[in-house]
Amino acid sequence: MSLEVHIEKRLQSYSLALDFTAGAKPLAILGPSGAGKTMTLRCIAGLVTPDRGRIVLDDRVLFDSEKKINVPSRERRIGLLFQNYALFSHMTVSENIAFGLDRVAPDERAHKVRRQLDALHLAGLESRLPRELSGGEQQRVALARALAIEPEALLLDEPLSALDTHLRSQVEHQLLSTLAAFEGSSLVVTHNIEEAYRLGEEMLVLTKGRVAAFGPKEEVFRRPPTLDVARLTGCKNFSRAAVISKGMIEAVDWGCRLRVSQPMTQPVVHAGIRAHQIDFLESTDGGANPEHTFPCWVMEASETPFRITLYLKLHSAPRPGEQPQLQAEVFKEKWQRFKDRPFPWHVRLDPDAVFLLPD
Amino acid sequence: MPADLSPIWISLATSLTATAITFVLGITAAAWRERRSGPLFALLDGVFLLPLVLPPTVVGFLLLLLFGRNGPVGRIFLAMGTTVVFSWPATVIAASVVSFPLMYITARAALAQVDPELINAARTLGASEWRAFHRVAMPLAAPGILAGTILSFARAFGEFGATLMLAGDIPGRTETIPLAIYFAVEANEMARAAFWSVIDVGISLALLFGLYYWSQLQSTSRARIERAG
Repeated sequence: MSLEVHIEKRLQSYSLALDFTAGAKPLAILGPSGAGKTMTLRCIAGLVTPDRGRIVLDDRVLFDSEKKINVPSRERRIGLLFQNYALFSHMTVSENIAFGLDRVAPDERAHKVRRQLDALHLAGLESRLPRELSGGEQQRVALARALAIEPEALLLDEPLSALDTHLRSQVEHQLLSTLAAFEGSSLVVTHNIEEAYRLGEEMLVLTKGRVAAFGPKEEVFRRPPTLDVARLTGCKNFSRAAVISKGMIEAVDWGCRLRVSQPMTQPVVHAGIRAHQIDFLESTDGGANPEHTFPCWVMEASETPFRITLYLKLHSAPRPGEQPQLQAEVFKEKWQRFKDRPFPWHVRLDPDAVFLLPD
Repeated sequence: MPADLSPIWISLATSLTATAITFVLGITAAAWRERRSGPLFALLDGVFLLPLVLPPTVVGFLLLLLFGRNGPVGRIFLAMGTTVVFSWPATVIAASVVSFPLMYITARAALAQVDPELINAARTLGASEWRAFHRVAMPLAAPGILAGTILSFARAFGEFGATLMLAGDIPGRTETIPLAIYFAVEANEMARAAFWSVIDVGISLALLFGLYYWSQLQSTSRARIERAG
């Protein structure tokens, strides 16, 4: 099971040049809006023709600019879930699901529709029109319609973005089980970091039409290959960095020397650490790892329902006009325990959590 | 009351045939044009819409040049041993040409309203271009296309100038109700003119009411299905 994508496409505001192969595991494509995520799916589905390249699904060549192969969309057998679902508003739920089954014998068609209705918990809604359904139900109908043709690849374009927040986790749960049951390559496009992480096994980060990172999602998050990818995957803390010796760097903006566990195979220009990985020590003596522990002062705190973001100044008390050096994110419980303690607190920058960036 | 009621049947046969022709041609042209853009196609739009803005006599004159014995199309018919001018088909041609722009312009507007993503969705589901068009685009554009059909029929039913130029006024063959009215007035037979005028108003109202009733029926049956669901 594989989907090999090697395409180039010149567009008005940017150009797309991608090269990746998706396997059997769901691949999340993460990128800011305008990075070419949707365009990538459209090229794979055959709705847009790339200028150059090759698209191969399993052993079927869907597109090859050199051999002049361009299989039309209708013969590609690729299920595409559109961002706005693109349900046929004049057809009932059943008619929508059956749309792609017109060349199947009537009783087999009914059977296949039934199976999708059951799998996606749509029983009872057969004769409803799309406008009479909730957002979550509409999405399930669109998914059922795409799956009914038994596609060899499944492409989901921002599957959760059209839903209200309270519906998302529920729909996401359904989506995960659909993806798990799907036998074929699946691609999920999203601009939401958490969705990408939960829905994908592999992750591809797209910036300005280029692959900026590609690999197992844990790897991409743990060791983002570039500053852009680190930012796009939600990292807030960066410092210019210089190598002192093997395994030791000077983080210029944080004013500290840090031991790092990441092998230094590339030039080191920046160092980064994720806000939630900054740890406050309970004891003030620096614990067992004094070399990674620094005194800090909280300059500002901003609350979300369950977490709190703290803006920190290291080494000395902040003077007026100074900018915070680090952002840390902690659960409220921890904040409750710490908030009345006198400064400085002690913060630990774990050598495993610090990553190095070549740009 | 005139003994010869043939203008009624000629008018109905002409305008219904012309509406059927413009329905197919207008929607085909609109669907074809809808996927294209560029200055040449904008120019083509002008040609398609010309019969709407030209005086019917000019349209009739141009058709006469085209279909006359020495015209390019007329010669083809002549070679086949027939002529079009001053025959019943000429009334259909004249009515079709003048009503075509109304069908074309409304069908285009209606098709442009259909979300192109729905057509894309149909394609990814294995639908041919034809299936995507007649199962998705057409039903969604139906209200607009119905409006275009009504307008085309109304225009064809009322057609006078181009018909007179191309088909002449031959009672029993090309004399439609509008022609009958004109020649009755010219012959100072006011009662006959009034009779045909009343008939014209009656048929127009009946047809428009019928169409309205039918479209209401469609939407109420739809609503009933919705409630049942």
